[in-house]
Amino acid sequence: MLIGIPREIAAGEHRVAAAPENVAKFIKLGFEVAVEADAGQAAKFSNALYEEVGATVFSAADVWAKADIILKIRPPQDNEVELAREGATLISLIQPAQNGDLLERLAKRRVNAIAMDAVPRISRAQSMDALSSMANIAGYRAMVEAAGEFGRFFTGQITAAGRVPPARVLVIGAGVAGLSAIGTAVKLGAIVRAFDTRPAVKDEVMSMGAEFLELEFEEDGTGEGGYAKVMSKEFIEAEMKLFAEQAAEVDIIVTTAMIPGKKSPILITQEMVRSMKDGSVIVDLAAEGGGNCELTRPNEKVVEHGVTILGYTDLPSRLPTQSSTLYGNNLVKLLGLFGGGDEFKFDFEDEVVRGATVVRDGEITWPPPQTANPSPPPKPKPAAVQPQEAEEAKGGSSLFGILLSLACLALLALGWKSSSQFLDQLTVFTLSCFVGYMVVWNVTPALHTPLMSVTNAISGIIVIGGMLFISSGDQAVTILSGVAVLIATINVAGGFLVTQRMLKMFRK
Amino acid sequence: MITLAATPQASGIPTGLLTMAYLVAGVLFVLSLSGLSRQETAKRGNIFGIIGMTIAIAATLLSGITNFVWLIPLMVVGAFIGMVLAKRVEMTSMPQLVAMLHSFVGLAAVLVGLASYLKQDYGADDKMVHEIEILLGVFIGGVTFTGSIIAFGKLRGSIGSKPLLLPGRHLANAVMVVACIWPLSVQFIGAEGTGGLTALIIVTVISFVLGVHLIMAIGGADMPVVVSMLNSYSGWAAAASGFMLDNDLLIITGALVGSSGAILSYIMCRAMNRSLANVIFGGFGTSAGATPAGGEEQGTVTETTAEEVADMMNDAGSVVFVPGYGMAVAQAQHVIHEISETLRGKGVEVRFAIHPVAGRLPGHMNVLLAEARVPYDIVFEMDEVNEDLPETDLVVVVGANDIVNPSALEDTNSPIAGMPVIEAWNARTVVALKRSMAAGYSGVENPLYFRENTRMLFGDAKETLTAVSENLG
Repeated sequence: MLIGIPREIAAGEHRVAAAPENVAKFIKLGFEVAVEADAGQAAKFSNALYEEVGATVFSAADVWAKADIILKIRPPQDNEVELAREGATLISLIQPAQNGDLLERLAKRRVNAIAMDAVPRISRAQSMDALSSMANIAGYRAMVEAAGEFGRFFTGQITAAGRVPPARVLVIGAGVAGLSAIGTAVKLGAIVRAFDTRPAVKDEVMSMGAEFLELEFEEDGTGEGGYAKVMSKEFIEAEMKLFAEQAAEVDIIVTTAMIPGKKSPILITQEMVRSMKDGSVIVDLAAEGGGNCELTRPNEKVVEHGVTILGYTDLPSRLPTQSSTLYGNNLVKLLGLFGGGDEFKFDFEDEVVRGATVVRDGEITWPPPQTANPSPPPKPKPAAVQPQEAEEAKGGSSLFGILLSLACLALLALGWKSSSQFLDQLTVFTLSCFVGYMVVWNVTPALHTPLMSVTNAISGIIVIGGMLFISSGDQAVTILSGVAVLIATINVAGGFLVTQRMLKMFRK
Repeated sequence: MITLAATPQASGIPTGLLTMAYLVAGVLFVLSLSGLSRQETAKRGNIFGIIGMTIAIAATLLSGITNFVWLIPLMVVGAFIGMVLAKRVEMTSMPQLVAMLHSFVGLAAVLVGLASYLKQDYGADDKMVHEIEILLGVFIGGVTFTGSIIAFGKLRGSIGSKPLLLPGRHLANAVMVVACIWPLSVQFIGAEGTGGLTALIIVTVISFVLGVHLIMAIGGADMPVVVSMLNSYSGWAAAASGFMLDNDLLIITGALVGSSGAILSYIMCRAMNRSLANVIFGGFGTSAGATPAGGEEQGTVTETTAEEVADMMNDAGSVVFVPGYGMAVAQAQHVIHEISETLRGKGVEVRFAIHPVAGRLPGHMNVLLAEARVPYDIVFEMDEVNEDLPETDLVVVVGANDIVNPSALEDTNSPIAGMPVIEAWNARTVVALKRSMAAGYSGVENPLYFRENTRMLFGDAKETLTAVSENLG
C-alpha cells in the first residue's frame, strides 16, 4: 500500500504529517511511501532525508492521485478532497463536529476518512492521541513565546550587579498543554502557580514543581473525556476573584481553558489586564475559541494597558520539526493498529478504529455509537493501602503470649528437674541468642549473603561433635561421627572460602 | 559457674585450657558477625571467623582424641571438597550453595545425635534431660536436612518452584509433630540402655518427611525467607547438639547462627508484608491467580527498542537500575556494569536500588553486582532511593516484577497489598526489561507495565542490554 504525504497548503503551516524517522517506521510496517517534493522543507526535512529512509519524492498531483492512504495534519482544504483517488483513505485532523460539509464531500467522493482528533481518549489509545502531542508542544511553545516577549529573566539570580527577582507565572488549566507550560516555566526558573477546576490534577501540578492554587469552595469539575465540565455560578465567581488577585501579582499568565467546538470562557477580564504590571505577558492558548482573555485577538499579538497578549493559534506549527515528528509517531501507532501495510482494514469491533473513522465506503460514520464506557469515571482516590501489620501483630501478640507462657512453664519444669549443669548451658544459650540478635541487626543488608555463608561456616562447628565421638570404640558411633566430621568440614571450608571470595568483590 | 567444655577426656590438654580456647573461639565468632556490619570491616570479620574455627578445631584435636587415622583424612577430604565448591560456585548459584551447606549442618546434627545416643555418654546430665536434648537435636537437624535439600532443588530448578499443596497438609504436619511427642518420645525416653533406638529412628524419618513436606509447600518467590529460615534451623540444630554434648561453644555458635537466621527471615517477611507463619505454611500465590486486580482495562504496553533506550540513557541526568532475579537468570550483571560505567563516564548519575527480597537470597543482588565490579557506594537500599525517584529521569527495571508493582500500594485487594516496593513509577520514565508479559511469582498483574511513562523492552536481559550498550557509543 502506498502512503502519500502531501505538502500542507494552509498559509503559515510549517508542519508536515511525518518526519523521515516516521517514514522509516511506515516502511517497516509494510507500506510504501511517497512524499510530495519539498513537503518537509518548512519543518527542516529535506527531500534527500526522506529518500534516504526509502521514500520516493513525487509531484503534488502524483501524490494525491496515486496514494492509497493520504497523511495530512490540517483538514483538507479547497479542492484537496477532489484530488484524492476514489477509495483512498485520508488521515488528518478533521474536526468532524464542526466540519459536517467536509464529511459529506469526502463521503460523496468515496474517500474514507480517519480523524486524528476523533481518536477516543482512552488509555489504550494514548500513543495515537495527536491532540495531546500537539497540546504538549503548544504548552512548551507558549512559555517560550512568553519568554521572548518578557523583558526580564525567568530565574532569580544574585549577580555582581544586583539581585534579580524570579518571574511569577500563573497557568490556568492543568491539562496536557498547561502541564507542559508549567514544566517549561519551572525549568526556566520561574515561580509557577497553577489553577484547575479538577482537584485530581493537584498532584500532577505539584509533581511538576508548581504550586496548586485552591479555592475555598468544594466542587469537582471533572467532566467527560478528560475535559473539565462547566462549573456553577458561585464557583465561577470565586474563581474570578482568585484570578483578579493573582493578576496583580504575576508577570506571566498562560490560559488553556478550551472547550472543543465551543466559545472559550472569559477568565481574564479587561480589568484584570489593567491591574497587571507593565511588561507582563498573557499567552492565550484558547484563542481559537475566542480566547480566555477578553482582549485576546486570535492569531495576533496585541499590547493593551502595557500587557502583551499573544493569541497565536499556530503554536505547534511554530515548532515544526518537533510537532511533525510527534504527529508522525501518532500516525505510526495508528497505522499499526489498523493492521499495517499488509493487512490494512477497518475493524469496527475495535473501539479506537471505530471512534477515529469518520467516513467509510461513502458513508459518514461520525459520531460513533456510544460505547459502554466512553471515558473512565473519575477513579476513587487510591485508598492508601495500610500494611496489614496492625492486624497481624494483634494475632501475633496473642500467639506470642501463649508461646511465652508455655516457655515459662517449660522453664519452671526444667529448673525444678534439671541439674545446674543444664541451667548453666541454658544461661549461655540465652545470652548468646541476645548477643546474636544485637550483632546481626547491625549487619548492612548489602552483606546479607556473606552473612549467611559465614554463619554457614561457623555452624560447621558441629564438627566438634563428630570429633569427640570418633575415638569411641563402637564402630557404629565411629562411622556416624566420621560422616558428620566429613560434611561439617565441607561446611567450614566451603563457607569461609566462599565468604572470602564474595567479600573480595565488594569495592568502592 | 559456666564451664565451656565439660566433656573430660582421657588425656590431652587440661580442660581449663580447652575451655579458654573455646571461649576465645566464641568471642571471635561474635566479632566475625559484627565485622559484617560494614563493607570496610567485613573481610576482617571473616578472618576472625576463620581464626576462631581454627582455634576451636585445634583445641579439640588436642583434647585427647586418639583416632587420627580416621579423623585427619576425613577432615582433609572435607576441606578439599569445601574448597572446590567455594571456588567453582557461580555467584548466581549462591542460594543453592547456601541451601546445600544448611543441609549438611542438619545432617551432621542428626548423625551426632544418633552417635551420642549409641555411645550412651550422658556427661553430667541426667538421662532424661540428655535424651530430650538428643531428640530435639535430631528432630531439628532432620527437618533442616531434608528441607534444605528441597530448597536446594527448587533453587536449582530441578524441583518445580510451584508450591505443592496436598489436601489436609496442615493436619498432616500436626500429626507428624504430635506423633514425635507422643507416643514416640515417651517410648524413647522410657527405654533402658539403647532400647529407644527404634523410636529415635522413627522420629528421624518423620523429621525428614516433615522437612520435605514443609518446604515443598512453599513457592519459589518465598525462597529468600525459606533459606534464611533454614539458616536459623541449622543454628538451632547445632545449639541442640551443644546441649547434648555439654559443649558451650556449640551452644554459643548455634545461638548466634539461629538468631541471625531468624532476623533475616523476619526482615524478609517484613519486606513482603507477610507474617512468618504465612510463609512457613506456604501456599502463597496460588489463590491469588484467580482474582486479577479488578478486571479493569489495563491499557496497552508501549514497546521500545535498544536504540531508544540508549538514547534515553544518554539524555538522562540520573539513572536508577532496579535488578531482580531475572538479572541473575540472564547473567546480565556484567553488561549492566558496562553500561553504568559508560554513563558515569558521561557524567550521568547512576545508582542501583535493591529491594530486600530481590533475588533468591537476602543480599543476593548486592553480591551479583559486586561480582560485576559495581562499586558498592552506588548500590542503595529501597528506602534510600524511593524518595529520590520523583527527581530521577530514568529507572531501568531488569528482570524484577513484584518488587516494583504499584498495586502493592494502591490496590487493597491485591495479594501483595502493603508490601513495600521500589516506587519506580514515580520516575520520569521507566524502562522495564522482561522476557514476556507473564506475571511475577506472586501471580499478580503488574500495572506498572501499562503506565504512560513505562516502556517495555522485551527479550533476554543480557542480549537486549548488550544491544543497548553498543548503542550508547
